Amino acid sequence: MGLSAVTVLGVDRPGVIAAVTGSLADCGANIQDSTMTLLGGHVAMMLLVSGDLDSAELLKRLCAPDLVVTASAIEAQRHFCEEGGGLGYVLTVHGPDRPGIISAISAVLAEDGGNITGMSTRLTGRLYVLIADVELPKEVDVAALMRRLAAVGACLDSEITFRPVEPDLL
Amino acid sequence: MNARGGPLRAVVGGRKGTPREILDAPHPLLSATTEPVDPTAPEVVAAAADLLATLRRETSTPGLAAPQIGLSWRLIAFDTRLHPRTRSWAGELVLANPRLASASHWDPGREGCASIPGLTADVPRASRITVHAHLPGTGEPVTIEADALEARCIQHQLDHLDGLLILDRVPGALSLHRRLHSCDS
Repeated sequence: MGLSAVTVLGVDRPGVIAAVTGSLADCGANIQDSTMTLLGGHVAMMLLVSGDLDSAELLKRLCAPDLVVTASAIEAQRHFCEEGGGLGYVLTVHGPDRPGIISAISAVLAEDGGNITGMSTRLTGRLYVLIADVELPKEVDVAALMRRLAAVGACLDSEITFRPVEPDLL
Repeated sequence: MNARGGPLRAVVGGRKGTPREILDAPHPLLSATTEPVDPTAPEVVAAAADLLATLRRETSTPGLAAPQIGLSWRLIAFDTRLHPRTRSWAGELVLANPRLASASHWDPGREGCASIPGLTADVPRASRITVHAHLPGTGEPVTIEADALEARCIQHQLDHLDGLLILDRVPGALSLHRRLHSCDS
């Protein structure tokens, strides 16, 4: 049973998700992980689907008029964080829009082996907002990292917060 | 409700304020910590009246803080009476130097902000709070006990006094949203 990564992009309208997922079901594809959002009025979906059809056949049979659809075969690689394997943080950045904000911030995180596990950005008027879920290796000097983030934020005229995630495991 | 038992209506020294423009983020004043005020000082009373006049004009928002009208002072105004999710209602109030004395019963909720017109965010807040403050004009100390929407609104305004926006409170990457309708406010 193969695993395919499917991407869907198109103008948002009611029924887009129903059409795509209905067509996937008709192809016998089982949706595993998926995410969907609106990007500037466009619907953007990414799905991992499994089924008997390979990605090329799946793409051929998918019925999604007016949408840009891709499908690629991928290896199943699931990584579950082991207990004590990493530290979760939420990064927020907001300030005037300009090119290079994400690259500057993500480079600082990457220097310390920080992994962005989720991210959304929004532009509204002049305000640019970035929110990211970040996983840090346990040995990272978080105070030093925060100083470097603050320095980059100051260069971007942006406010930055970097807070530990505090899950309540009940 | 307030500690005197009934809802209050802000008078602000009998002055009629002038509505001011609301600043939009990004703006440095919205990220700055504000200064305590003398609630009886004439310029503070005038600012409180302006804040109240601005709140009365902005009918889509139940609260404002001084930085949103360009003043880096510890003043907030709120009136949640017309909001559908209001339970407690302390009145239409302007508070000087408000201080959160207690907070409990934390709940998530989706908030908008008059200074961030296009976005809303999921923000955890205490749903029961006690706030100590002074009334501009007389300087009379007051204690406000608020819950539900009024508690959320007051905490939102208190954040403004510390230079914090809802964007600084979101719990994760999926907690930021485009504003769809006015009920998000």
